[in-house]
Amino acid sequence: MTTLTATRRRPKRPQRPRRAKGGARRVAALARAELRLLVRNRTAMFTALALPIAMVGLLRMSGTGDDAAAGVGATMTAMMIGFVLLFVVYYNLVSAYVGRREELVLKRLRVGEASDAEILTGTALPSLILALVQTVLMTLGVAMTIGFDSPVNLLLVFVALVGGSIVFVLLAAASTAFTKNVETAQVSTLPVLMVCMPLSGMMFPLSQWPDAVADVARFLPLTPVVELVNLGLSGVSVDGSVVDFAASFEAAMMPVAVLVAWIGVGVWAQRRWFRWEPRG
Amino acid sequence: MPDVIEVTDLRRSYTGGFEAVSGVTFTVRRGELFALLGTNGAGKTSTLEVIEGLTVPSGGTVRVLGHDPYVDRAAVRPRTGVMLQAGGFPSDLTVGETAAMWAGTLSAPRPVDEALDMVGLAGRGDVTVKQLSGGERRRLDLALALLGRPDVLFLDEPTTGLDPESRRDTWRLVRDLLRDGTTVLLTTHYLDEAEELADRLAIMHRGRIVRTGTVADIVATQPSTITFDRPDPTSSPPLPELPGALVVDDSQDVVIHTDMLQRSLTELLEWARDHGVELHGLSARSASLEQAFLAVAAEHEPRTPQTEEVPA
Repeated sequence: MTTLTATRRRPKRPQRPRRAKGGARRVAALARAELRLLVRNRTAMFTALALPIAMVGLLRMSGTGDDAAAGVGATMTAMMIGFVLLFVVYYNLVSAYVGRREELVLKRLRVGEASDAEILTGTALPSLILALVQTVLMTLGVAMTIGFDSPVNLLLVFVALVGGSIVFVLLAAASTAFTKNVETAQVSTLPVLMVCMPLSGMMFPLSQWPDAVADVARFLPLTPVVELVNLGLSGVSVDGSVVDFAASFEAAMMPVAVLVAWIGVGVWAQRRWFRWEPRG
Repeated sequence: MPDVIEVTDLRRSYTGGFEAVSGVTFTVRRGELFALLGTNGAGKTSTLEVIEGLTVPSGGTVRVLGHDPYVDRAAVRPRTGVMLQAGGFPSDLTVGETAAMWAGTLSAPRPVDEALDMVGLAGRGDVTVKQLSGGERRRLDLALALLGRPDVLFLDEPTTGLDPESRRDTWRLVRDLLRDGTTVLLTTHYLDEAEELADRLAIMHRGRIVRTGTVADIVATQPSTITFDRPDPTSSPPLPELPGALVVDDSQDVVIHTDMLQRSLTELLEWARDHGVELHGLSARSASLEQAFLAVAAEHEPRTPQTEEVPA
C-alpha cells in the first residue's frame, strides 16, 4: 500500500458533461461489464448459440422449398423473433437482474452516479444486442431456405422489434419481484412463457383458437409483435387477409396501441415492484 | 463553514413496523470524520443508507452538501463516495474490470491503477473477484468509493474482516484523505477505530443516539477508576472519606469510581502514607471509550430481554 500522493483536491471540477451524453457513457460502461459476464456464462452462451442453429436446422427439416406458400417466410421469422424475445431477452434478463440483485451489485451501482434507468438499460443491452444478432442470423437463414417475397412495410417490423424489446425488458424487470434467486427464474418465468407461446400467434395462427380466446390473446404482450412482423413482411393481417403498404398502417394501429399500453404497464410495474437489493 | 451533512430527527421503519432508526439528529462539518458507533443492530447502517440516498426516510430530513440525497441524486452523487457494508461485485469479473466499469460511470474518476494502488490492490487487477479474500474485497470496495475523488466519503464498517496490518493501512489512508479535506462519515463497532480516527462521534443504541461529542467529551461522562487489593482490615484503619467518589469494597479488591481522579488519588495516597499501608496492585486510570460504550449498553438494557429484529 502506498501512501496517498495524488489526491490533491482538484482546484476546479471539470465541467460536468451534459446529462444525456454522460448517460450514454455510463450505460456503455455497465453494458461492457455485463457483456463480459454474459460471455463467461456458459449456460447463457450455449442457449444463445444453440437457439439459432436449432432453428435453422428445423427449417431445413421442414423441407419447405421454392414452392412455399406466400407468407411462410414471414411466419417463420415472426416465430423466431418471438422465441428470441421470450428466451434471449425476457428469460435471460430475469436471470441477470436477479443475479445482480442477489450479489448486491444493483445496490452497489445505485450508490454511484448512474440513474436507475441507466443501470437497468446497461444490464439489458448485451442481451438485446445478442437478440438482434440472432434475429439477423435467423432471418438470413429463412431467406436462404424459404425465401421472402418483397416486404410490405419494413417500418412495422422495426417498430415490432424495438417495442417488443422494450416490453420484454420491462416485463423481465417486473418479474424479478417474484423471483427469489437465479435458480427459481426457471419457474418464475413460466407464466409469461407459457401464455405467450401458444397465444401470440407465433407457433400457429390465432384463428385456430375460438374467437373469444383469440380476441383476448390480441391484448397479450407478444401478440402485437407477431402481428406487426407478419404485417410488415407479408402484409398478412390477423384475420388472414392480405393488405398493401397503405392499408398496413391502419391494420397496425391496434397492435401498436397494445405495445404502447404494455410499455406503460411495464414501467408502472417496474417502479412499483422492482427491488434493488435482496429481501432483508 | 456550512455543515456538509445535516440529519434531523431521522426515522426509518421497515415493512412489518420495526423501527430501526428512531429520531436521529446530528451534523457533520466539512473536513471532519464523524463516526457512528454502536453494537450490531443499533441502527448505524440503516441510518447511513438513508444519508447515502439509497432510500427515503420514514420521517425527518437529510441534507448532504445542501441537497436531499434521494431526490437530488444527480446533484449529490458526483461528489460522494460510498463503501457499503457488503460490497456487491459480479463474482466473474476481475478486479481491474470491476474498477473500470465503475470508473466508466463517474464524471471525473481518478485512474483505476491509482485507486487500486491506494488500497494496496496494485498487481491484483487480473484476479477475479470470487478469488479475493474477504479483506481484499473490502479494499476493492474502498477503491471504488475513492475512484470518483469524493468530497464526502461514506464508510460502512470499512475494516471489518481486515487483518491488523490492513486495518492500519486503511486508517492511514483515511487520515490522508481527511488531511486533503475529505469529509468522512463512518460506522464501526470497533472502539479503537473510532478513537483512532473520529473527530466527533455518536454512540447509537436501539435506533437512538445516546452519546455524542468528541472522544474526550464522551469519555468525560464516565468516572475514572482507582483499584487496589483490599488491605487486611485487621491491621489497617478504615479507608478515608473520598468526596465525590464511589467506593466499592468487596472481599478482594477495592474499586473507587471518581470524577476527580487526581484529588481522590492524592487523598488515598496520603492516607496510605500516614498509616503506613502498602497498596498492592494499585492502578489508576481515566475512563476509556470502551467503558463509556459498555455503560451505554448496560444502562439501556431492558429488564426482560426481548427478541430483537436485526435488519439486514
